Amino acid sequence: MATDTEVLVLGGGSTGCGIARDLAMRGLEVTLVERGNLTDGTTGRMHGLLHSGGRYAVSDRASATECIEENEILREIAGHCVEETGGLFVQRPEDSDDYFQEKLEGCRDCGIPARVLSGREAREVEPYLAEDVKRAIEVPDGAVDPFRLCVANAIDAETHGARVETHAEVVDLLRDGDDVYGVEVRHESGPGKRTHAAAGTTEEITAEYVVNATGAWAGEIGAMADLEIEVRPSKGVMTIMNVRQVDTVINRCRPKGDADIVVPHETTAILGTTDEEVSDPDDFPEDQWEVDQMIDTLSELVPILEEARTIRSFWGVRPLYEPPGTGTQDPTDITRDFFLLDHADRDGVSGISSIVGGKFTTYRAMAEEISDHVCEKLGVNASCATADEPLPGSEDIATLEAGMDDFGLRSPVARRSKQRLGSRASEVLETDEANPVICQCEGVTRAEVCDAIDQSGTDLNAVRIRTRASMGNCQGGFCCQNMANELHPEYDEETVRAALDELFQERWKGERHALWGEQLSQAMLNYALHATTMNRDRDPAGEPTTIEFADFDGGA
Amino acid sequence: MAIEDDVLVIGGGLAGATAALAAADAAPDVRVRLVTYKQSTLRHASGLIDILGYAPDSPEEGPLVDPFDALSDLPEGHPYERVGSDAVREALAFFDDVAGDAYAGDHTDANALVPTHGGTVKPTARYPVSTADGLASDDRDALLVGFETLPDFEAPLAAAHLEAAGAPFSARGATIPFPGVVRDDAKVTRYAHLLDQDETVTTGAGETGAREALATTVAERLGDESRVGFPAVLGDEHAAEVRADLAAALGADVFEVPMGPPSLPGMRLEDLLYDALEEAGVRVTSGVPVIDYETAEADAVAADGGSGGDRIERVVVDRNGTEIPYRADQYVLATGGLVGKGVRSERERVFEPIFDCHVPHAADRYDWFVDDVFGDQPYARFGLASDRELRPLDADDEPEFSNLRAAGAVLGGYDFAAEKSGAGVSLATGYVAGTRAGEEAE
Repeated sequence: MATDTEVLVLGGGSTGCGIARDLAMRGLEVTLVERGNLTDGTTGRMHGLLHSGGRYAVSDRASATECIEENEILREIAGHCVEETGGLFVQRPEDSDDYFQEKLEGCRDCGIPARVLSGREAREVEPYLAEDVKRAIEVPDGAVDPFRLCVANAIDAETHGARVETHAEVVDLLRDGDDVYGVEVRHESGPGKRTHAAAGTTEEITAEYVVNATGAWAGEIGAMADLEIEVRPSKGVMTIMNVRQVDTVINRCRPKGDADIVVPHETTAILGTTDEEVSDPDDFPEDQWEVDQMIDTLSELVPILEEARTIRSFWGVRPLYEPPGTGTQDPTDITRDFFLLDHADRDGVSGISSIVGGKFTTYRAMAEEISDHVCEKLGVNASCATADEPLPGSEDIATLEAGMDDFGLRSPVARRSKQRLGSRASEVLETDEANPVICQCEGVTRAEVCDAIDQSGTDLNAVRIRTRASMGNCQGGFCCQNMANELHPEYDEETVRAALDELFQERWKGERHALWGEQLSQAMLNYALHATTMNRDRDPAGEPTTIEFADFDGGA
Repeated sequence: MAIEDDVLVIGGGLAGATAALAAADAAPDVRVRLVTYKQSTLRHASGLIDILGYAPDSPEEGPLVDPFDALSDLPEGHPYERVGSDAVREALAFFDDVAGDAYAGDHTDANALVPTHGGTVKPTARYPVSTADGLASDDRDALLVGFETLPDFEAPLAAAHLEAAGAPFSARGATIPFPGVVRDDAKVTRYAHLLDQDETVTTGAGETGAREALATTVAERLGDESRVGFPAVLGDEHAAEVRADLAAALGADVFEVPMGPPSLPGMRLEDLLYDALEEAGVRVTSGVPVIDYETAEADAVAADGGSGGDRIERVVVDRNGTEIPYRADQYVLATGGLVGKGVRSERERVFEPIFDCHVPHAADRYDWFVDDVFGDQPYARFGLASDRELRPLDADDEPEFSNLRAAGAVLGGYDFAAEKSGAGVSLATGYVAGTRAGEEAE
């Protein structure tokens, strides 16, 4: 029977996009479907840490070793997504000396470069560390932009012939007896790029093989074909600061606990996190105490966090999994290793595997292993090249930095644009058209916004994750409108308005958790600009009642 | 030696300036001083003077034709209810007098509907003359002009939006390069300056003045429309002249569409108010924050507050690190709301930072907001409660101080953004607080 595609990948997070790229590079015909935007699930809701492996060097050495290997690979193939910040495991006076020693030895045993700094040396590296910090272990942690990395994988997969469908929710798995042969998806606005206000359609996509890479949602997908996949979703909160209080990743050096890491990320610093099992990955409480705990506990390491401005908080869901029978109670004890569930072996159902567990830093290695498995199933003899082939944007960073002029942009804007676009900078920024700045906070120009619109249609959240526009201090209050303006005239007024409303509401969602101090003032200003100056809250174009214009002042 | 005045107004926005002008007007012999710290929030504001655009209890009924009609229905505690509707009318008349022919709309009680830079329309009671030809109730067809380098106003989109809003005329948009702007990220003040000074610019047709060059570029796009709208960058000091020159060259009326910050109409309003303050003999001290106060018992009570009804003896101003006392008989607090920082917050509380006047708010900050961004937001109502004399009230509904009044956004109990009442409340409460302060100081 002819199929629509050889391999169908479910899930547009880092794992799914990594698999799609790997298989497409090996010459297979790949289709990827994602319910929302790329990164919508777990990938877009992480703290952006590129693990050195130090975090797992005591409790989970297999993961630690894998992390440092992948860390080194990603610096090579994804340079434009990675900032080599370095990291510190910081010991406070009340933290155990034995554990500090175990951490140091664990790092060395796993091949993680590690060096001990005195408290004074650590404060020379990070002046805002608490004065009573005792000492620290320096490791090669880094910061990574999960949006940019995931999108780069998807773009490269497409370049190699893959079909990537976002806003395509799987509503059924197609199963015939003991064989899964495809899915039915619901396209939010038809196939292709998303267009607000366009009608939805459904489509059956058949495939020779299906890979379920939906992470915390893997159980729900499995259930559609009566497969039982017991993922254990675990939530964690992250709080974003408006500036970088630290330029190095700061970890608390103690066995485990909530609120023990600060990751510098672009213009911000991200505080994390908690680890609490939830029953539904789409519906769980987002509690005030979690945000307060981040600030209060991490202030023990970096005291100025107590008074600093937060711009929003968000929650992510880990796709934890452990083999049946282990019986771990505490989610922090569950391994971060990943598992490939071949449903033919496990459940007697052919045509599908699920991938669960794992973590962002090792997404590429996971993708490689799964792709090997898929190739074996399909009898394809092709090897993996993703460890050596740079991602689009990272092909030649050194030459780019050395030789490129600034495209007529002020230098901070140009520098930031180049960092985001990497080797794609010339292609995107070289334009004869006027190229004003659209987002002042993050220095994003029209050319970059339009490039993102070309990739993703009217979905301004997709534009946001590609460019960082609307992710700075004002949280979109000043630039949402300007981003939406760039959709016109390709898209009509009603479509633009719907896209703007969606982005503005999404920005508010995370900001609600940061509503005090400067950010509450910012929220009031944003509200006033959109409601008072523009009257967007009572926009007659969106209201059922019509205005009797003639009753109003028509001029003297 | 303390600086001595009769009335001291703290805050230099619309409410503070109105209070100072009203005090000087009510009691010509009193010495009035206004102290301001930062730039006022007027540069964030559209420059429109809204009184009431929507009934707070039934916004779904659409924009109010007559704002004064609805004033009597406002809930207890609303600043308009505190001062009474007559005072609102008097304050507006006072403003009309101050603004002279810079503002229009006083020929009718009806609200005007002004096109916004987002393309919708907004009800307002008074509008700068620069926007007068743009009213949406006027049925003349309009050409909207945007500039390639000014991403805040997408003219073709705004035109389509106006039609979707049901405006009774046909609107068309055109996007053009702005002659003489060479930087893609020039500030709006640069556009205004080019036109103000009519600087010489180079175009395909050679060197001409910026006004002529702009008119020539627009004329090529102009059809049958008898009015042309631009984003609000048409000059600063010589705005009327710029508009008149463009209109003459185009053979069509010219208007501005109000914009977001930094807003030239807001800045022009600020200039107008400060000229009026100077003319009224109000002393203005700017760039200094008020950091502390003392009551009549000379106790420095500061942040932990004094007992209800105390008399403020003097306030302390920080001038480059030096603490200078300012003494007056009557005080008006017009420091703004959350945006102007007259109301501040921490994780656990909302407070007024100078006198620590009581700010009613829920104890749990997750009760400060609702999930719909344009829903009924509790935080938008944060501010001081007051009696009918506009004296801030403590938690027991007693006046905090006998000689302190509050005006403008520092007052709570209303959502100016949803109601479109911000400027009107500032005018009405500034007028009443200033007038009473002047009368009592006499």
